Amino acid sequence: MKASVIVFPGSNCDRDIKVALEKFQIQTTMVWHQESTLPKVDLVVLPGGFSYGDYLRCGSMASKSKIMKEVIKHANDGGYLIGICNGFQILTETQLLPGVLLRNKNLKFICRYVDLLVKNNKSAFTKKYKSNEVIKIPIAHNEGNYYGDKKLLDELNSNDQIVFQYSDSKGNINDESNPNGAALNIAGIVNKKGNVLGMMPHPERCIESLLGGTDGSGVFQSILQ
Amino acid sequence: MKEVNLELAIQHGLKEEEYKKIQELIGRVPNLTELGIFSAMWNEHCSYKSSRHWLAQLPTKNKRVVQGPGENAGVIDIDDGDVAIFKIESHNHPSYIEPYQGAATGVGGILRDVFTMGARPIANLNALRFGSPDHPKTKHLLNGVVAGIAGYGNCMGIPTVGGEVEFDSSYDGNILVNAMNIGVAKKDKVFYSIASGVGNPVIYVGSKTGRDGIHGASMASQEFDEDTESKKPTVQVGDPFSEKLLLEACLELMKTDTIVSIQDMGAAGLTSSSIEMASKGDMGIEIDLNKVPCRETGMTPYEMMLSESQERMLIILKNGKEKEAEKIFKKWELDFAVIGVLTNTKHLVLKFNNETVCNLPISSLSDAAPKYQREWIEIKEPEAIDLSNKVKDINLKTMIEKLVSHPNQANKSWVWEQYDHMVMCDTAQFPGGDSAIVRIHGSKKAIATTVDCTPRYCKAHPYTGGKQAVAETYRNLCAVGAEPIAITNCLNFGNPEKKEIMGQFVGVIQGMKEACTKLNYPVVSGNVSLYNETNGVSILPTPTIGGVGLIKDVQQSVNLKFKKENNKILIIGKTEGHLEQSILCYDLLHLNKGRPPKVDLDEELKNGKFILSMIGKGLLSSVHDISAGGIVLAIIEMCMSSSIGANITTTKKDLDRIKYLFGEDQSRYIIEVEEKQLSKVLDEAKKLNITISEIGKTQKDNLTIDQDITFKIEDLKKLNKEWFYKFNN
Repeated sequence: MKASVIVFPGSNCDRDIKVALEKFQIQTTMVWHQESTLPKVDLVVLPGGFSYGDYLRCGSMASKSKIMKEVIKHANDGGYLIGICNGFQILTETQLLPGVLLRNKNLKFICRYVDLLVKNNKSAFTKKYKSNEVIKIPIAHNEGNYYGDKKLLDELNSNDQIVFQYSDSKGNINDESNPNGAALNIAGIVNKKGNVLGMMPHPERCIESLLGGTDGSGVFQSILQ
Repeated sequence: MKEVNLELAIQHGLKEEEYKKIQELIGRVPNLTELGIFSAMWNEHCSYKSSRHWLAQLPTKNKRVVQGPGENAGVIDIDDGDVAIFKIESHNHPSYIEPYQGAATGVGGILRDVFTMGARPIANLNALRFGSPDHPKTKHLLNGVVAGIAGYGNCMGIPTVGGEVEFDSSYDGNILVNAMNIGVAKKDKVFYSIASGVGNPVIYVGSKTGRDGIHGASMASQEFDEDTESKKPTVQVGDPFSEKLLLEACLELMKTDTIVSIQDMGAAGLTSSSIEMASKGDMGIEIDLNKVPCRETGMTPYEMMLSESQERMLIILKNGKEKEAEKIFKKWELDFAVIGVLTNTKHLVLKFNNETVCNLPISSLSDAAPKYQREWIEIKEPEAIDLSNKVKDINLKTMIEKLVSHPNQANKSWVWEQYDHMVMCDTAQFPGGDSAIVRIHGSKKAIATTVDCTPRYCKAHPYTGGKQAVAETYRNLCAVGAEPIAITNCLNFGNPEKKEIMGQFVGVIQGMKEACTKLNYPVVSGNVSLYNETNGVSILPTPTIGGVGLIKDVQQSVNLKFKKENNKILIIGKTEGHLEQSILCYDLLHLNKGRPPKVDLDEELKNGKFILSMIGKGLLSSVHDISAGGIVLAIIEMCMSSSIGANITTTKKDLDRIKYLFGEDQSRYIIEVEEKQLSKVLDEAKKLNITISEIGKTQKDNLTIDQDITFKIEDLKKLNKEWFYKFNN
């Protein structure tokens, strides 16, 4: 399997995701945002970071980068696309994924391990997880408070587009286990077609027990399957 | 242009005799730009005029030191052709005036010091000291500083992995923000700031120059008073996004063969960077100020030379390499301008609108800068005092609850969860341990790092306090299994023109010197911050020490979390129950008299080596150093971090039990050992003449002391965590 990681000015998890992909034997090339063509790949990743310094709105300027035309085309053609953290914000700005990511409810940056319920383990990105499995993956963001109107949230629910939800260690979804105020405790969603994933938690940060856990591995193993 | 006279010189922070000396050195009255340049170079922050004599006495070498003090940062060898490059620096004054930007640019500045030398930064740390929580400004300052550090470090994508946060009323009007960074480079690809080669072009890269931060360094060399708020314009404004681009562009440039030398524009901006580079190479430098990229129109030479706008670098390129270098900076959308040339005149010459606006001998600004042998008085060790009467009736259970919920001992996750401490995917030990551990990318080795200082000890007896601060970092490195290598220091003191303050400074340096020498643990970089006073009241003397050590195999490192029930808990080191200046007396009972605990460096060395060898043999399940709060707090921290309890027996009654549990004797560790490994550990201890005593066993859920006091670990955790969230709500 082959992947491209898009590097924007201000991306800072680009190396981390490359290391993770390569750990799972996914051949990875880095693509600078000003390129006009994408190599032929199965998977494109928009990494975490502060593209364009988060100026204007997180992800907004990156979503207009030259390479993004190609990335959108790749997704529309059915290729896999993952946006992690700032990447998720970019995906909502391009409208490849619905909704928006607002500032965290406590107005502070939050970096810590959180419990996540795998709500949908049938997606291309989660099929290695068990149904309703609770996993631990770290978050690190200032704007991860997912928002959508009732109609959108109902739609996400009925289409089974919600893949990860913030939960407690037993899988209960409640306000106490919601770190950032996200609607329905949403931590990650897929598009209707199921080939585009956006998630605030960083799976690339927990694929090694030395660094605190391995629960992120499932995302990479799922794509390989 | 304003007429330059004594009055104007004094407004620039120069003394009358200094102004006279300037005129003698250049044989005329300086013009306004020149006066500004002198004031920037001769202030305390840049010239170290009060401290230099004493700093020179610190040991700076061991077999791993590649570069000691005098460069942008210190360099140590960490094997396999790799070096670690690190430094700590203060941003105290600006952070008090404008906490977010002050702290953010403190992080930005220390990062540039490290990547200027060719290193990719891999870990940020910080040591923060605020006034009493009751002080009306404390909450605002705490929130602003933490957000500023987070805002800058997180955006840069460099993990903030460790630090200290402490409250004391002596910092009410003068908080301390000390930021440290460590980077890693290849030993043969380290870049220095020494200029060479007549005719080589002088390049300006990074952000444009604005009017922010003018005279920042002079401001940092004065005491505060009621007018402090009016100093806001001297605080720089940071843009971490530009710095991230600058970092990547510089590291990309460093892969090419184009650079002669490189230096960041920090305090006193273009002035100090150009003069330091030329001075080190014994060169002259000529700059055309019309070429300097400016953010605002109508900037004068005076403003350009004294601006402390952030995210800028000065580079001497090899002649003819301009195009190759420019291409890289254009890719990263950063300014790149050839602003001058190296000359053999040994003068700093500045041109503006085809006129010479400054022509000064470089030596007059650097070597000839004033050095003072400030008067000082020796601060003697205070008399021992007997605190028995004051502590004998305290209720142990209540006191333990007060201890764990006190702001200085409270869980700091409210702080460090605002910092991205995991980015770069090499953080093997998170904040909250004895030292942070960061793996060297792509290898199995790691560096361990910690910042420490106990200001109340330094106040009571500076000599012992200086020694203790160094020894505590040493202990914290050993506790995770790292071989301690070297330190960086940030010496925060009051007004050195006062004899007692200078006495504190001298005492601390002498204590540090002894500890560094004995432990073979030299100083490789650092910074001095004086005049930390408001309305004549000084802060506690605070020599923040940043220690760095090497772990050869990161899998072998240990942490302070208890691992399982029914393991043995032992104390390494001598427990005598020293209560004077302890947390119990100072923070909980407000008795601030007496001596700090003595630091026996032979004991420190011996116990440290023992711990390292036991960790190396895989015999220890967990290790924690015993510091503020004594044995009892150390054990509680091991319980809280793991949710495993402990059953301990002190075999002491009343007063002795309090001394035993809360005493802050130095050079001690707590270790957790599996029953089956116990005899090996005891045998080895006996062989090496190590003081070791068993105190109890790990158990489920509860902490039990002498069978008569019990705490649920969950309750202690709650007490310990609550304070920061309530305070900041």
